[in-house]
Amino acid sequence: TARPCMLISSSVALDFVLIGRTSAFLLLHQARAERFFRSDHTNNWAVLVCTSRFWFNYRHVANTLSVYRSVKRLGIPDSHIVLMLADDMACNHRNPKPATVFSHKNMELNVYGDDVEVDYRGYEVTVENFLRVLTGRLPPSTPRSKRLLSDDHSNILIYLTGHGGNGFLKFQDSEEISNVELADAFEQMWQKRRYNELLFIIDTCQGASMYERFYSPNLMALASSQVGEDSLSHQPDLAIGVHLMDRYTFYLLEFLEDIHPASQANMNDLFKVCPKSQCVSTPGHRTDLFQRDPGSVLITDFFGSVRKVEITMETINLTVPGIPLERFGGEPHTETALAYVDQLPVAQIIHQKPKQKDWHPPDGFILGLWTLILLVFFRTYGIKHLKHIF
Amino acid sequence: LSIRPVLSDPEKQRGRSAAVAIAALVIAAGIPLWWKTTETYRAWLPAARISELEALQLELRVEVEVVFARGTLSPEQQKKVPASRITYESCCKSKSLCLVEADHALHTLTETSCGSVVIYIIPEASALLPQDMRVYVGRSRTALLRSQVASVVGAGLPEVLAALDPQMEQVLQTMSFNHQDVTAALTDRLRPGLSTRDSLADSMRAFKSSPGYEITFSLLNPDPKHHQLHWDVEAALDAYIYPLLHKMAPVANFSVDSQILYYAVLGVNPRYDASASAYTLSADSLAHVINPVEARLGSNAASSNPVLNFLLYVPDSLHSPLIIRNDQKQEVASNAFHSPRWGGIMVYNVDGAYGNDTQFPVDIAIDMSRVMGVFLSQLRLMLGFQQTGAPPGFVLEAAGREGVAEWELDRLLWSRSVENVATASASITSLAQLLDQIANIVINDNIAQQVASAVTALQAAVAELEAGNLALALEHSREAISASERAFFDPSLLHLLYFPDDQKFAIYIPLFLPMCVPILLSLLKIFREVQQHRAEKRAKRD
Repeated sequence: TARPCMLISSSVALDFVLIGRTSAFLLLHQARAERFFRSDHTNNWAVLVCTSRFWFNYRHVANTLSVYRSVKRLGIPDSHIVLMLADDMACNHRNPKPATVFSHKNMELNVYGDDVEVDYRGYEVTVENFLRVLTGRLPPSTPRSKRLLSDDHSNILIYLTGHGGNGFLKFQDSEEISNVELADAFEQMWQKRRYNELLFIIDTCQGASMYERFYSPNLMALASSQVGEDSLSHQPDLAIGVHLMDRYTFYLLEFLEDIHPASQANMNDLFKVCPKSQCVSTPGHRTDLFQRDPGSVLITDFFGSVRKVEITMETINLTVPGIPLERFGGEPHTETALAYVDQLPVAQIIHQKPKQKDWHPPDGFILGLWTLILLVFFRTYGIKHLKHIF
Repeated sequence: LSIRPVLSDPEKQRGRSAAVAIAALVIAAGIPLWWKTTETYRAWLPAARISELEALQLELRVEVEVVFARGTLSPEQQKKVPASRITYESCCKSKSLCLVEADHALHTLTETSCGSVVIYIIPEASALLPQDMRVYVGRSRTALLRSQVASVVGAGLPEVLAALDPQMEQVLQTMSFNHQDVTAALTDRLRPGLSTRDSLADSMRAFKSSPGYEITFSLLNPDPKHHQLHWDVEAALDAYIYPLLHKMAPVANFSVDSQILYYAVLGVNPRYDASASAYTLSADSLAHVINPVEARLGSNAASSNPVLNFLLYVPDSLHSPLIIRNDQKQEVASNAFHSPRWGGIMVYNVDGAYGNDTQFPVDIAIDMSRVMGVFLSQLRLMLGFQQTGAPPGFVLEAAGREGVAEWELDRLLWSRSVENVATASASITSLAQLLDQIANIVINDNIAQQVASAVTALQAAVAELEAGNLALALEHSREAISASERAFFDPSLLHLLYFPDDQKFAIYIPLFLPMCVPILLSLLKIFREVQQHRAEKRAKRD
């Protein structure tokens, strides 16, 4: 049947005006997936920093590695962890057990293992690099493993350990980061929505001073000691000869060993870790900038990586019989035989001509020249001036 | 007993003029020189235009063309309306294909540009649409709307269109954008609590706007001793995935690769269910499947673009068949699940392809069309094509093999443009605020240039959105966002220059105090002598 149409050329423009900053009403809806909204994050990141070097600061590296180990065990992959260690304890000349870093005396627990991926090592751990990682202002040549590629639905755990004081943390024994700079860095992260929620843990002397100046939303902070208190180390190992862990992180590690990926422990349990009787210092925490109630925040929200999953209900039916697969714009390319590049150009090495070196005067020549000049001087003006030289 | 040197008058005068000259030199030349040399280079930023961005008002305009079929308008209305006659004939063989053919034929009638919509009004009594269907939305940018307009008595064109307004608005809200979509695109810029939970779920699932995406397809074979799997992934990608990615070229760049992983296991032990005689994975355990696998996945990504992973898992012969159960303990038809902003996993059972006494390893060819059907729908979700709930009476034609309908793509382009504009303007304004606050950050010329080009591109994007040119608006918004990101994340903007005031004093005092003290004291001495001289003169006069 024929259906003739009449075309009316009239463009009707319907305007939908949206005011950018103010919105008028709150829509109330029945939620489609309740489980989705227990928390707002879809991925987890961790930035673990040890800021001190030298053998006697073994405990700081052990602290960081034990948190790294817990975080990996609970599911965060290496690609989402930025590990910064200021010195290499496992392969240190003074380590009686090379390739190990122990956290318990009598060498009970090796936190180094064989699966450690350190992203910033040795002298690369500087205040500048740390701030660059946080704010994302890295040079374009930086590889993916050294970047913090978080988005607006990432929960980030930041752990710092080292030597600190009232309002600063010492890096590499030569520079320091102040609490104002740290707070500004977090604000810049918030401006670009580089985190959904952030948990900041610091284990240094007077650690509570480092989170005093925070002013960005969705930050929760824990510190091992208050202003004016020192954080103390736990136990020395007589074979290794240094203190192995700090107290706060030792008890934190004990607490985390009981957590598994499906655990329901929440932040209030974390605040109770290491009371004054065990830690000697008073751990502190700050939750006023955090929007959710700490009792509803699971430990695995920050330390683990429990993914949200949805069952795929809709699929597209592509199995239409009889229609062959069309190649989309692809020309058949001929297979060229591939071969390795010559790794060792032996021919060039064997028949190499000796390299032309620049000519230098013989070594003793300059020394002899100056001796001559001095002798002539003293012959002319007398030996008494010799005492002015020597 | 201190001996003061006795100076004659001309010597004193020379001394005084020397001290004054040195003081004058220090003040006139030294201080400006010190100020200039300790100044940080700050290139000029267009502060006025940036502050305009803070109060940005977005106006989105959709071009709609309304075509009335014969029989919808009364003869008087027909006369009032400017018309040009175009006829077409279609013969429909069967009822079900009729709509699709009609849609296809209509699509060839009118040229639609990106972002525009054509609505064909057909008479109420027309048999083209089934009885309960009011609106049919085809695969391109056309919609068929059944309505009785002729009943509007004695009306001209504006009244006719006004009568159609509510229905057309509903069509446009489905095909272009509605308030929820736009608020979802702006979620992180708005106050919390303003977007619905559904749109929040959609915004959590889809990746944020990014200049590029890396997609990786992986085949996991935990049992190569028994299964020798063959998958023709190149041909499948060419046939099913590349058409979609090619259509999305205005939105982002895509880089696709694939890999095969042997001896890769899921992190969860499936339970054997005797009633179904299969191994099952419950919905709760799915969340723990991804992490152990992700640690083993290789990635080719050299850029900082987000990565989408699509995994095809063929269970080993001991744990075949493996089915996924949802919350209500029912089997899932697709046998697949996905994780927001990460990708999807599909379980492909091959136990039916061989018996018990075949010689292992068995050659198995994977049915890529079934697999790609699942991956394609998961890819659509990840890229931002939401599962739109159609209003009652609407029928939305599924995209099928093309991957995405044109109006669905337009929907995505609208929300991406808005998102890009919002993000770029937020970056620029916060960058300007940051640079204002920190007085001693160096602003290089390239940053100023990036900021200026970002602001220009933003204003162009807003203008194009107002004019209704969606493709141009998207292009400008992409330019704006890439320039603003480059300016904000420039490595030279690192502020390490926080000096507390006491540290500033500690630096400057040892430098300047030894120099300034003699000058000040000599000036004071000269001043006192002049005072004395004047007092003596006055005493002499009196």
